[in-house]
Amino acid sequence: MNYSKVAWRNIWRNKSRTVITVLAIVVAVFLSSIMTSMQEGTYSRMIDNVVKFYTGYLQVHHPDYWEKKTINNTFIPTDTLLQVISQTSGVTRYAERLESFTLLSVGDQTRGGALIGIDPVRENEITNLSHWIDTGAYLKPHDDGLLLTSNVAKSLGAQLGDTLVLISQGYHGASAAGLFPVKGIIRFASPQLNNLGAYIDITRAREFFSAYDRATSVVILLENQDLTNEVHSQIAQTLGSRFSVKSWNEIQPEIQQMIDADRSGGVVMKVILYLIIAFGIFGTVIMMVSERKRELGVMVAVGMRKGRLATILLLETLYLGLIGVAVGFAFSMPLIAYFVKHPIPLPSEVAKSYETFGIEAALYFSGNSIIFIRQISIVFIITLIISLYPVLKALNLKLTKSLRA
Amino acid sequence: MKVIDIKNITKTYTDSEVEVHAVNGVNLSFEQGEFAAIVGPSGSGKTTLLNMLGGLDTPTSGEIHIGGTNMASLKGSQLIDFRLYNIGFVFQAYNLIPVLTAKENAEFILQMQGIPKKERETRVVELLTAVGLGDRLDSRPSKLSGGQQQRVAVARALASKPKFILADEPTANLDSNSTENLLDIMEELNREEKITFIFSTHDARVVKKAHRVITLEDGKIISDEVKAIH
Repeated sequence: MNYSKVAWRNIWRNKSRTVITVLAIVVAVFLSSIMTSMQEGTYSRMIDNVVKFYTGYLQVHHPDYWEKKTINNTFIPTDTLLQVISQTSGVTRYAERLESFTLLSVGDQTRGGALIGIDPVRENEITNLSHWIDTGAYLKPHDDGLLLTSNVAKSLGAQLGDTLVLISQGYHGASAAGLFPVKGIIRFASPQLNNLGAYIDITRAREFFSAYDRATSVVILLENQDLTNEVHSQIAQTLGSRFSVKSWNEIQPEIQQMIDADRSGGVVMKVILYLIIAFGIFGTVIMMVSERKRELGVMVAVGMRKGRLATILLLETLYLGLIGVAVGFAFSMPLIAYFVKHPIPLPSEVAKSYETFGIEAALYFSGNSIIFIRQISIVFIITLIISLYPVLKALNLKLTKSLRA
Repeated sequence: MKVIDIKNITKTYTDSEVEVHAVNGVNLSFEQGEFAAIVGPSGSGKTTLLNMLGGLDTPTSGEIHIGGTNMASLKGSQLIDFRLYNIGFVFQAYNLIPVLTAKENAEFILQMQGIPKKERETRVVELLTAVGLGDRLDSRPSKLSGGQQQRVAVARALASKPKFILADEPTANLDSNSTENLLDIMEELNREEKITFIFSTHDARVVKKAHRVITLEDGKIISDEVKAIH
């Protein structure tokens, strides 16, 4: 007979109370795990979508480009540079881009927009750009044609086969002008992106801007987003200060802000769940101590040190918390594992609106172990805090008063 | 040999600014092997006196020496350890630990003393057999009658080989047969093992068996009678 055995038997003295307390913890752990897993899975998928839509997980620039986005702040993506990128562990794809502001004109209509020089094959592997062609065809390598985003095409009144006049400033003050036939119209789900401008082959863009062999960015895709920070620092360290390396959340901070805001909404929900756990355990612990006042007094009277008594009471509280956590995970883990492999499809109406934004229409779950470790730690800390109550009660036990209880 | 020496102890409570002397100037001593009863009406100070003897409460003034140790010199864990090694308790409501079996309840004290498992078991089985519960070792208190529970409490009190046993109204919740049985066991242990028993009681049957009867009234000793032992 040891103290842990006594504590274990004590929690089962009132079976129904213990079962109810444990059930409260189980439900809270179950719900918070499922909720966190779904939130994190959805965020992760959202980031993937955004990243694969345009930014990539990482981008390499000229060190001054981010402050001043001009054609002069470009760099030559040498073979050595591209080798560093492609050989860094975790990198799956990369693509060069050369982009700057330009005037687009057809007939008597003129407007400004971005002119983005892309490697049609590599770009398509990263952003699946060909998927968004509304009319016409996608670019081929070294293509002379141009892809126009839908709103720009509409405001210019440009149609397939029309020739656009492009005027801009080239590298180091050279004048840039050229004629490009419209080969395709792109219609993105986002109206903002439809105002973007035009895409041409990167070789043609280099000729147009007189920025031979240069690029404004190298867009990098990774195996998964968890590698972002690691690969970021690895590439930044290797390339040194001659280049600037930006991650997706620096390029599009609003996505991170949105996730953070949503996450804090979830935190409120989880705090409520944790309060359920806390009150569930605390209520039981108060009962367990108050109804045994005399018994605790007797134990000290016959020679049990208060510290040992406190240990028994501490163990009782910990057992309640640990059983709840263990059973909660036993229920939630298989379910989460299933949903990680089989995301929950959204109803068709919701699915449509998701798909138009290029986001896969399903609720995704994350199986990241950090989620579960965090849950265990939180419940464990709650239990430890609550266990202070019986411990303090035991240490401050008034013997004669307890024996009279 | 003096086991307990009480020198002019008082215990005063303040109730609504009125001082109540629960024990008032008591001088008393007990020799090894006594079988003594403290009697008196309710509120006479029996339980308060017993609590102070057991180190469960402290006197307002005066001194209690047990086996030469001044109880006032012991603080916190020292006092708890002193009780563990020197004093056995039997309570009116048995006060066994409900989640432990009869054997585990008695063993509990020995475990706290750090006695090895084998030695513990031998002693506990011996004691429970001596109080007539050799066949109920693995029964929990809820499965035992009141008399049986009180016998387990006696075995628990005896387990640590204390200098004396304090029994606060040990027969108050027992029927006649159980009371007779329990008193016989305690008397036998007193006679054969020279264990000192001090009871507080209202029970005439206990008084009849006691070798010494101390009567308290309003916190003072009004008589201290030693009977002839046959």
